[in-house]
Parts: sequence; structure tokens; C-alpha cells
Amino acid sequence: MSAQKRLKRLRRSMMFLSAQRPGLIKDAYIYRPDSLIFDLEDAVAENQKDAARFSLYHALTTVDYRGVERLVRINGVAVAAGADGIRIAKCETAHDVHTVVEHIERAEAEFGRPAGSTLVMGALESPLGILNAYEICLASPERMIGVAISGGDYRKAMQTRYYPGGLEMLGGRSNMLIAARAAGVQCFDTVFTDLDDIEGFRQETQMIKQMGFDGKSLISPKQIAIVHEIFSPTPKEIRDAEKIVRAWRENQAKGVGVFQVDGKMIDIAFIPGAERVIELARASGLYEGEL
Amino acid sequence: MKNAVNRNIPDELLRDGYEVFQGSAYRNGDSYQKAAPQARLRTNRQDSKVLPSIRAAIEAVGFRDGMTVSFHHHFREGDYVVNMVMKELVDMGFKDITIAASSLGQAHDPVAEYIERGIVTGIQTSGIRGKMGEVVSQGKLKTPAILRSHGGRVRAIEEGEVHIDVAFIGAPTSDVMGNARGKGGKSDCGVLGYSEVDARYADHVVVITDCLVDFPNFPPSIQATYVDHVVVVDEIGNPEKIASSAARFSTDPRDLLMAEYCAKVIEATPYFKDGFSFQTGAGGPSLAANRFLEPILVKHGYKLSWIIGGITAPAVDLLNKGLVDAVIDTQDFDIAAVESVHTHPRHYEMSTSQYASPSNKSAFVNKLDYVILAALEVDVDFNVNVITGSDGVLRGAPGGHPDTAAGAKCCIIVTPLVRGRMATICEEVVTVTTPGECVDVVVTDYGIAVNPNRPDLLEALQKTKLPLKTIEQLKEEAYAIVGRPDPLPFKDRVVAIMEARDGTILDVVRQIDTPV
Repeated sequence: MSAQKRLKRLRRSMMFLSAQRPGLIKDAYIYRPDSLIFDLEDAVAENQKDAARFSLYHALTTVDYRGVERLVRINGVAVAAGADGIRIAKCETAHDVHTVVEHIERAEAEFGRPAGSTLVMGALESPLGILNAYEICLASPERMIGVAISGGDYRKAMQTRYYPGGLEMLGGRSNMLIAARAAGVQCFDTVFTDLDDIEGFRQETQMIKQMGFDGKSLISPKQIAIVHEIFSPTPKEIRDAEKIVRAWRENQAKGVGVFQVDGKMIDIAFIPGAERVIELARASGLYEGEL
Repeated sequence: MKNAVNRNIPDELLRDGYEVFQGSAYRNGDSYQKAAPQARLRTNRQDSKVLPSIRAAIEAVGFRDGMTVSFHHHFREGDYVVNMVMKELVDMGFKDITIAASSLGQAHDPVAEYIERGIVTGIQTSGIRGKMGEVVSQGKLKTPAILRSHGGRVRAIEEGEVHIDVAFIGAPTSDVMGNARGKGGKSDCGVLGYSEVDARYADHVVVITDCLVDFPNFPPSIQATYVDHVVVVDEIGNPEKIASSAARFSTDPRDLLMAEYCAKVIEATPYFKDGFSFQTGAGGPSLAANRFLEPILVKHGYKLSWIIGGITAPAVDLLNKGLVDAVIDTQDFDIAAVESVHTHPRHYEMSTSQYASPSNKSAFVNKLDYVILAALEVDVDFNVNVITGSDGVLRGAPGGHPDTAAGAKCCIIVTPLVRGRMATICEEVVTVTTPGECVDVVVTDYGIAVNPNRPDLLEALQKTKLPLKTIEQLKEEAYAIVGRPDPLPFKDRVVAIMEARDGTILDVVRQIDTPV
């Protein structure tokens, strides 16, 4: 996978799992999320951190995760072996990113991993993190996947709590999303913690998809299918996207930049969106064409 | 001699009419003369059959050394009856006793000592677990234990392979004449279907109850016409272990993933239509499949016609929601099932014979569309083991597994690919309890394999997005994770015979060479 493709890969569902639980981490790919986030931070008891690191190290170096992205949520700053990327907890400034990246560079050299192969993402958990979202997004162009809002801490810092509908998160979500899009990186929503409130989870996922998020952090395999379903394009969207991409390729070969598809004017600005629809459709098992 | 599932059966076992397994349909259509119990005339007035103690009943039936006693397992791990009766027999000095139970569990650990002392010399059962499983695996039982499916047990009794001298039937309620019910009392187990055949075929029938009720205790599960004596004791079982308070609905995401696959397999296969019939085992993923079945039924506007088997809350739930017309019950696993069989007009009791026996003219299993079953191991020939653990020790029960697998149009086995460090999908199972020819689909957390002898099901499932793999692929994936196990260190001595439901020898279990 090229560096750009790795940065921009599909990340609809990013499932957290505690690195303290070997039975979970050994084969969580069977639930087929887009990304797994092995948590060394809050999900691991303070006196179990070493054991969790040990288990995770061996899982990452021996288990074939079959194409599922492996991210690690670290404690403040730390180094992981063999992960695809690092989720930086409580990220507030570009400096936090730089610090982690410096550690990663040294670790990549020490453990013989290709330089630049370990990606990073920032978890924004405070108002300061949200205000600095743009500089965080730009802090490591080669490694930065994007940013995720972390609702638990953010709500506390904002002196509020969870409300159905999520009005309390509107400012944080919107500001982070705008910063991420301006910087050209991805943007992920926070977890939904009530596992029994399937309808609430569904509504929140629909809302963040409508807002423009790339995906959502998850805490249970049973949330995965719902996210994938909501992020699946409709058959009409897939047909339109396919027409646009095909017409673009044909017209490009002829040297034409602006053309019409079904009576609508299409130019290069439409292409990334159409390609993303095809990618989502393929990942959802709804598209098996050759594009 | 090798049998049809490629198992080597020692020639010395092939006597007294014993044959090797030659395929599930080998004996279809065979005729046989039914065995008959010794019976007695009662021409005089009768007021009561109640005797003061188990000992008095043992004396009244004229118990002798070498006799066979039978029990049911409706009280599951809460049963007190087996231990009470066996202790009395041992205290009275009897020896050379054969226990022919519908199943035995850890509740019966004290029997292991009687085996070691050479007092109990024969065991015929479905399940064998705990200490009893260990001592039998160590070769301490004088004769090989005979393991049968529930249906196979009925057949063995009806064909006279096993003759019950005295049936001791624990009953939650009985009247003075022995009309016994599974319903009511303090040890309520709902139904008494396993004992129906014992009552009909035993020379002597003793009902043991802890709740004597007014005559007539109707409608009875066991009719007084078969009963010789009634004994009232303080407790026949521990109610908390007889029926669990809540159905254990798994929240394990792995179980739920597999359960969802099972429901999707059902939805995609040809027998899924309005009015199909269904059974699940009581294990985590099998049970959870009920949860995923419901939305699929609603989506298609379908209803089940009937559910059979060991009944749990999810089946009762479907009945109460009007999503199944009738529940026909051989055993109750939880309080919801026990309560429902008391109250719901479309929840019926049936005998094990009617449920699963190959020796009658229409067992329910023969008309079953889908069954979902668990497994300890499945091999690349789709043979299933549910009796021996990865250490080769007896610790399970075929139960209705071989009966339903043989009868159902689509038998789905659900099991995780690995358990701990053991591969569940393997090259060769330790013991064949259900032949691979009866197994159609194997659902694991890593993918789904279809038996090559069911190309119709494979074709149907290929139209879905379910992760289909070959059984060999699953086996290789399992071995890639946990490694290939070393062969188990068995001695030559046969400690148990696994009978196919038609009475032929499906497999043997040999003595384990390591201390347990």
C-alpha cells in the first residue's frame, strides 16, 4: 500500500480493545472492523501496564491481523513494536505530535522498521486540543492519519455530560472536522458507551456521517456492522459514482476537463468524492466492479 | 475392523449381534421384536403403593446382585436420586450393579467410588462427566461403558439390548399410586420424557418423590399403571441446579458473531420458509442463534411451526410472541421453560421415544428442518466429537446430537475455531459421536464450511456474503494458530463403546495412559 493510500485508507470503524485482555486481542480481526485500537491507556489497570505491553508486543509481532489496521493508544508517550500506527492520547498541541514522532523515529531505527512506516493520529480530549486541531493535523504530514474527538474527557472539560442528540458535542465536533478537512486529514468521532442503546448509537452514527466524519471509534464488535451499514453508499450513489469515474477517465484521455454525466456538469472536483463512494461500496461488499 | 467412519473397532467386541457402523441408513426398515418387561397382575383392592423408604422399595422388588437400575437426568446437576439409591444399594451389600441412566453428570461423582470398589460394573448412559468420566477413562470400570444418544437409548431398551430390572424415577410430584409428573412440587423440572421408556420396559418401577399430591395426579407423565412402588423422601434434588433462574444469553461477541452466521445460514438455505421446524442446543452460540433468528422471521413474515428439544427461555419467548406455533418438550433447562410447560396451551411434553428414537415409526427428529448443535471437535470428514476432551478423558454427552443430526434436513454445527490452545477443527476427532455424513454446515468464528456432500447448500450459501471456507482451510487456520497436537497416549484397552443410534459401533474410547 502506498504511503498516501495508507494515510487515507478507509477507517469507518475503529474498535478499541484493552491490551490487557489476550483473549480479545489475539484475533479481534474476525469482527472485520477497518481498524483496531489496542488500548494501553485507560482500559489497562495501572499495575497491569507491563503485562499488557508484553501481550500486545507478542500479539503484534506474531498474529496476522489479515489487513485490519492495528493502532495503539499509548500512555502519554511510549513506543510500540509492529503497530501500523499510534493514537496519541490527550493530544493538545503540535508539540505533542512532534514528541511522539521523535520517539517513533528512534524506535523505527532501533527495531529495524522502515522509517516513516508508523502512522500517528491525535485524540483530542480537551478544549485546547480542539482549538489547536489545525496545527495538530498539520504536525506530521507523512505520518498523520487524522484526529479523533474523545467525548468522555471533552465533555467533562466543557462542564457537561452526555445528552441524547449530542448538542453538547456540536462545537467540538464541528471545529475539529473543519480543521481536519482544511488540513486534508481524516476525522473520527468519539465512542458511544451505552451498548444496549442500539437506536441511540444508530442515530449518532447517522449524524456524524451527515456531518462528514470518516468514521467512529467503537467499543464493541456489535457496533461494527451498524457503522458499516450507515456508511454504505446507496445503489444509486454507487451507479452515479461509477459513471463519473468512468466518464472522467475517458474524457481525460481525450484531453477534456469538463463534461456532462446525466445532464450534470462534472469536473475534477467531483472525482475524489466519487472514488470514495466506490471505495466504501467495495468495502461494504456492494461493489465488485473493476474500478 | 474399520467401520464407515474409518474407525478401527476391535474384533472381540463384534459378538452378541454387535456390528460396526455401516452408515446412518444401514438399518432403516429393519424389523425387530420389541422386548417386554416382566409384569404382575393386580386384582385386589389397592389403597396405596407408598413404601416408607428407598431401602424398603429395594427389598420389595427383590433386588439381587447383577441387576440393572435406571435413572433419568431431568434434575441435571441438581439430582439427588442416583446418589441416594446407589448409596442404599451399596450399604445393603449388593454388587455387580449396572447403571443404565439417560445421562450422568458431576452430581454423581460419588458413583466413581463404587466403580473403583468394583460394585458398579456396568454403565450405560448418554453423558459421563466429572470423577465418573475420569475413573472410567482410567480403565477402572469392569466392562466397557456403553454410550448412546437419547434416541439410541430408547432403541436399545426397546430392542432388548439393555434390560432394566428396576427403574428409579425421581418425580417432582406423585400421588399414592405413582401417577408422576414433572410439574409442581419443590423440585419442579417441567417434564419427565426421558423416563417414559423406563416405565414401560423396566420389570420394576419405583417412583421417588418429595411432594406427594392428591390422587389422581393428572395428566401424568408417568402413569401409575406402570408403577410398583412410591417412596417419599425429603428432597429429590436441588431446585437451583435443576432449572437455572435465567437463561444464559451470551454477551460474548464471539458467540454472537457465530450465532449471527447461523441465522444467516438458515435464512439463505432452501428449508427456510414459512412453517419450518427448528431445534438448538443449549450452548452459548447455539442459544444466541435464537436471538438472531427472530428479526429474520419478522423480516420475512414467517413463523416456525414447531421447536423441539431441550427447551430454554428463547424458545419460550418465540412461543409467547407468536413466532412459533408449538413447543414440544423433552427437557427443561431453565425456569422459563418449566413455567411455560405448566401454563402455555401450545407447549407440550413428549417422550424421548417420540422425540428421537430410531426404533419407532415417527420420531420428531426425522421431520426436523434445522438443528444447531455444538461440538468439542469437528474433523475434516465432518465427524463430530462431543464426548471426549482434548485429553482423551470422557467428559461430555452425545445427548440428542446424533439423533437430530441424522434427522434434520440441515444440521449446523457451531463452534469456535480454537478453544484455549486446542484446535476445534482438526484432522481427526478423538471420538466420533456424530458421523460426518449427518453434518451439513460447520459455523466457526473464522468462517463457514459446507459438507461437500451438500452441494445444494453450498450453492445457496455462495449467493451470500458469508465467509465460506473449506473444512481443510479451517483446520489449517486452527493449526496455524495453536499448532498440531501430539497424538493422545491411549492404551489398547477399550473403556467405552460409542454406539451409533442404530446400535452399531460408531467408535470406541480407549484407556488413557496418563494419570488424570
